[in-house]
Amino acid sequence: MAEFYSEEIAKSPRIPKLVEYLFEKKPQIEADRAVLITESYKASEGKPIITRRAEAFEHILDNLPITIRPLELIVGSNTKQPRSCQVFPEYSFEWLENEFDTIATRSADPFDISEETKKVLHEVYKYWKGKTTSELANEYMSDGAKTAIEHNIFTPGNYFYNGVGHVTVDYAEVLAIGFEGIIKKAEAELAGCKDGDSNYAQKSTFLRAVIKSLNAACRYAERYAVLALEEAKKETDEKRRLELALIAQNCANVPRHGASSFYEACQSFWFVQMLLQTESSGHSISPGRFDQYMYPYYKADLESGKLTREFAQELIDCIWVKLNDLNKARDAASAEGFAGYSLFQNLIAGGQNTEGIDVTNDLSFMCITASMHVMLPQPSLSVRVWNGTPHEFMLRAAELTRTGIGLPAYYNDEVIIPALVSRGLTLQDARDYNIIGCVEPQKAGKTDGWHDAAFFNMCRPLELVFSNGVDNGVQIGPKTGDISTFDTFEKFYDAYKAQMNYMIEMLVNADNSIDCAHAERCPLPFLSSMVEDCIGKGKSVQEGGAVYNFTGPQGFGIANMADSLFAIRTLVYEQRRYTLKEFADALINNYGEPMSDLLSEQLTTHVVKQLADNGKIVSENDIAEIYTKIKNNETSPDKKALYNKLREDIDALPKFGNDNIEVDMFARDVAYTYTKPLENYRNPRGGIFQAGLYPVSANVPLGAQTGATPDGRLAGTPVADGVSPAAGRDVNGPTSSCNSVARLDHFIASNGTLFNMKFHPSALKGRSGLEGFVTLIRGYFAQKGMHMQFNVVSRETLLEAQKYPDKYRSLVVRVAGYSALFTTLSRSLQDDIINRTEQGGF
Amino acid sequence: MQEYMNTKGRIFDIQKFSVHDGPGVRTIVFLKGCVLRCRWCCNPESQNYKIEQMETAGKLKTVGRDVTVKEVMDEVAKDRVYYEISGGGLTLSGGECLCQPEFSAALLRAAHYYGFSTAIESTACAPLETIRLLLPHLDCYLMDIKHINGAKHREFTGKDNALILENAKALAKEARHLIIRVPVIPTFNDTEEEIGAIAKFVSDIMPGGEINLLPYHRLGLDKYKGLGREYTLTDITPPEDEKMQRLLKVAESYGLKAKIGG
Repeated sequence: MAEFYSEEIAKSPRIPKLVEYLFEKKPQIEADRAVLITESYKASEGKPIITRRAEAFEHILDNLPITIRPLELIVGSNTKQPRSCQVFPEYSFEWLENEFDTIATRSADPFDISEETKKVLHEVYKYWKGKTTSELANEYMSDGAKTAIEHNIFTPGNYFYNGVGHVTVDYAEVLAIGFEGIIKKAEAELAGCKDGDSNYAQKSTFLRAVIKSLNAACRYAERYAVLALEEAKKETDEKRRLELALIAQNCANVPRHGASSFYEACQSFWFVQMLLQTESSGHSISPGRFDQYMYPYYKADLESGKLTREFAQELIDCIWVKLNDLNKARDAASAEGFAGYSLFQNLIAGGQNTEGIDVTNDLSFMCITASMHVMLPQPSLSVRVWNGTPHEFMLRAAELTRTGIGLPAYYNDEVIIPALVSRGLTLQDARDYNIIGCVEPQKAGKTDGWHDAAFFNMCRPLELVFSNGVDNGVQIGPKTGDISTFDTFEKFYDAYKAQMNYMIEMLVNADNSIDCAHAERCPLPFLSSMVEDCIGKGKSVQEGGAVYNFTGPQGFGIANMADSLFAIRTLVYEQRRYTLKEFADALINNYGEPMSDLLSEQLTTHVVKQLADNGKIVSENDIAEIYTKIKNNETSPDKKALYNKLREDIDALPKFGNDNIEVDMFARDVAYTYTKPLENYRNPRGGIFQAGLYPVSANVPLGAQTGATPDGRLAGTPVADGVSPAAGRDVNGPTSSCNSVARLDHFIASNGTLFNMKFHPSALKGRSGLEGFVTLIRGYFAQKGMHMQFNVVSRETLLEAQKYPDKYRSLVVRVAGYSALFTTLSRSLQDDIINRTEQGGF
Repeated sequence: MQEYMNTKGRIFDIQKFSVHDGPGVRTIVFLKGCVLRCRWCCNPESQNYKIEQMETAGKLKTVGRDVTVKEVMDEVAKDRVYYEISGGGLTLSGGECLCQPEFSAALLRAAHYYGFSTAIESTACAPLETIRLLLPHLDCYLMDIKHINGAKHREFTGKDNALILENAKALAKEARHLIIRVPVIPTFNDTEEEIGAIAKFVSDIMPGGEINLLPYHRLGLDKYKGLGREYTLTDITPPEDEKMQRLLKVAESYGLKAKIGG
């Protein structure tokens, strides 16, 4: 069994200073990379794309400004200012040019951009018109897919506008043999290419591109060695001078050579991590099992006396800070879906090795400590949990959860390993999984998972059932029949499935079109050099070079659909208390509640079309009048009474998330309407589609585009988050909620599921609070849930919960000796808890 | 199905995921009816056996329902996995579970049959013979001792404490695991002398035993209004942390395993 040092190690005074420096200024957009890549592309026209990519990478790395930030021990920054970002015009640029004047002031993730930068980028962009991946993807996409995207059924915006990212490379190999080792492998493969081989042209060109890219990366590090030496010469502080000298030595050795110490391993890791995010704009470049591949270096240095635990912790903390230094600008809409400048660099601690033995070690604990030390959102820290996970590790992770930063996320080995095996991974590879981005499991260094391939809103196809495939006046889905023809629930449900199946096919079309565009215009030789079996096959990751290839688009809104379909089955078909037509009318009128501008416009279009269909001539004036009526919510009292009654009756029905087996099993079936059809499709890299069930933060903006749903949810409000119950619908406490969510089939959603729970810090107070919390996680996992994460909420949230109790109906607080749902408590008790929180005493 | 699974009783709530009333993660079943009328009681709706109406958040709610052991256990068993992991199980609270001894004994017996640990939170204000009906199926007895002085006990709870103290002596020998709980109520028992007297009694009957000091809270306040009843302790405030620490020291000075909170 594993042995480990689990005590918390003190924080170096350096760390708060690094963090402070990081947040001194607002993030900037910098133009250097965009200028350099454009220069290179202009010079390489006509050459093979992979060669052009390598030459551009080389040109960028040889000329990008380099900087060592104050007090850094780990160096390498691709921007002059901290938390700033470079621009990647090869993927898309129009959105940024359109947002030049608003990006500094927009609500989600603003960036400063100087007039000079705007001017430079404007010049650069002239070259890229017609040459980007997004333009090519658009060219490839079918009309049906484009229409579905326009109507917000799903959005593949992430990879449409940006690089793909979402990968964990083989860090262990770089640490062990250095880039020189990988170059040797590529050279050997190149030597094996025979002139008569059918793939000679592609393979040899690719391998040369790999070698060029890796050499460029080594030279880039060596630029830092020179800079560090120069700065050391100027440095007056003796201690810092020695530090700079050591940095120079590290950068001269790694990543070209294998790491000869833990410190070098940290520096080598960092160059790989930041250079992957300089080659492409893809996010979710996930460090993966850092505690495992770093461990041999740590152990050797600790045993030989070269390293103290304190210095090891300081280096890890420095890496944590650096992970927050990288940044990325997204278009305004995407920024809302990924709010919080997040790069989703997922780093996971604990779990089993390839032989199924638990390998939690000192570094696993130190990763948690590092997050406590820096208290920043990156890395997205995760922990692997199984029966063999040490209890003290769980308690330590729970202590981090208790701080309220939402880290770590917990993952269940017992579901993920068999789920991955079912997708064709070997058992050994599956046991060695890590998480990409939000929740997506895969095997590092062998996989191109194309996780996060699109957000698919499962509520929208239900709207199409009611409208016979028409949205906003346009026939976007199949004609599944007028609702009057659905005389059984099965017929209604079949219509939903038909709408789902069609839209899933459109989603596949969109994803595959984008996939092809990336392979054709942005293959990545540097990244591919660290993913098996690109060198062997002689092709990039983007062209299918990886051992395992998937496409993983994520669906969300299961809870809303489960509750909705359950409500229709019960109220329309079993109790026969309402007709489908009454439901349809209530939904289109948002149960008589006020509507947003967007939804009012949509409803106006709907009404006008109905009038036109009935042969009425509708003037501009009529339209304006209809719009005003809708916007002002002019509903007759009779209708309003009916809507209110309907909503009350819906509210009284059992809901997903309350440990009600009937509803929960229904939800399980509803999830299959997304997960099962997807399995039938293949991607251009030779892999299959696999579903995820998680929303990142898109359930909020995409909910704003979704009309009222038959579960009583009003138009424009957020859709349920991942596999979590709909907001405020799970009212029987955390164990009931867990039992319900565990009844979904998490194995088939092998691209990841996301279960979010809210707790008040008091619920985790004391040893018994932590123990109870750990029991909850283990209990959910014993019932085969896949993932859990926790919002531990503050006083401010409690005040909000008092104001808007419906939104916080599942918020758990510790009362006196027990935990309870906050909104079910009396006002005075709520006040009491809020006041006690301030004192911090329970 | 065993006959005792059909035993009927009256409860008013089932609270899941409790981590402070007995070992591990527990489900608390609140039984209706109590012999005491403690003025600070935070569950006044538990005191009467009869089913009643209480106003909460502007709506009338029926408090109390009659159920079988089987019905309760179906609900309790839903959290089986959490008990198995944590060594938790069923806790009976109230009200006073000893007011419904057959039902309570059957619930505890059923919990053992399911493999869950059992606990009760109880005043022990019942004939010892009644309590003995429960003991074979009980793992942990969380027993209240509120005061040593009989007159003061009567003034604040409506009943003398002689039977309670006698039962405590017997339970110290007969219960599998006895924990004494003391609600610390300002103006009633919050002096060092009063807590000291309780601690002395406990250390006499159970040297080195466990005692929990539970600071007074006003969580039940609104419920009194909701039931149309008067709350007579409006003038007191929860004891300060510092005072609780002092009382803890007093309890410890008698060689007891003492802690604040359950």
